[in-house]
Amino acid sequence: VSDADIKRAVADIPAPTFDVSSFVIPKRLSDCKVAIVTTAGLHHEDQDAFAARDTSYRVLDGSRRDIRMGHWSPNFDRVGFAADLNVVFPIDRLNEMARAGVIGAVAPRHLSFTGNQDETMTSLRIDSGPHAAALLRADGVDVVLLTPV
Amino acid sequence: VCTLAHVFEGLGFATVALASIREQAAKVGPPRALHGNFPLGRPLGRPNDSLFQNRVLTAAFALLDRPRGPVLETFPESVSDVSEEALVCHLPPRLDPNALPAVDEANALQAAYRRSVAARDGRTNFGRALTEAQIPEVLAALDRIVNGIDWKQAGLPADPAQIAIDLRTYYFEAALALAEDPARATDTAWALERWFLHDTETGRLMMAARQAMKDAGASFAAWFYMAPLDR
Repeated sequence: VSDADIKRAVADIPAPTFDVSSFVIPKRLSDCKVAIVTTAGLHHEDQDAFAARDTSYRVLDGSRRDIRMGHWSPNFDRVGFAADLNVVFPIDRLNEMARAGVIGAVAPRHLSFTGNQDETMTSLRIDSGPHAAALLRADGVDVVLLTPV
Repeated sequence: VCTLAHVFEGLGFATVALASIREQAAKVGPPRALHGNFPLGRPLGRPNDSLFQNRVLTAAFALLDRPRGPVLETFPESVSDVSEEALVCHLPPRLDPNALPAVDEANALQAAYRRSVAARDGRTNFGRALTEAQIPEVLAALDRIVNGIDWKQAGLPADPAQIAIDLRTYYFEAALALAEDPARATDTAWALERWFLHDTETGRLMMAARQAMKDAGASFAAWFYMAPLDR
């Protein structure tokens, strides 16, 4: 099993391209509330697992640590997350940065989607992505940190 | 993550994406991305290394100061996984010489698995498709597949790919409590995967069942995702 071979094999998989892209200039980081949005398929134990190519999302409570890896792919290391969830979902690091005043605050809720989507990702772009984003807006989030696996 | 970065930025959030594969990030072009040359599955680079993770986040958030995008930078510290070594993890002795070797092995690992879960305050990634009690019947079903029974008739209680993830997770988490060098068990990505596939009865049985399914003409989706794509 080789990490380099797997990366080479997936480097060319199709993905959406964007002709126009927004670019938001944020407030000073020390005034910003930060949320994590991950595509690792994470979910709490009492939430439904993700199906393959599931376009829905789960809301992760930042105060809970009962977080499972629900991504279907066998093509990434799972041991790092088993030992330390921060290597995918850096909630403890963000809390430390907030206590140190580096970031303004950590959002109470975070979002989880799963990778392995179809190449257009239409549902995420026009449906579940904007729907989930409304939750972050309601929480006053300024900055979104996105993490894959 | 790069596509979702476009979506969230378009809705008014400032985004920064951690990207595992630079070619993909360059193609999708999110507003701000920090590529980490780290093993897949570890976008913060190193488990149980808060200082390293903090450096990654600091570098990512620094991209928020840029006046325009898209921005794609690579974190200067790499974590490579070039080794082909497997973990050194001695398995417990056989409990029941009359049992299927994989069943006996899995039973012998149960105490280590439970210690490992307890050490993480109950956090486990096992259980997406199986319960602990189902492991022996699943291994018996994989053995029937190896011996020529059609995989759909073998008695698997869930999708083979889901079962495969649960079996390796059970072994990974047990190994975290058994490894001679626990730090190395987590430092080296894929070392435990190699150990599972090469050195355990269950890993070998699972790969033999995968091969038997392929040889018997099972659908690609049924057998392929039971193991990493380079296997």
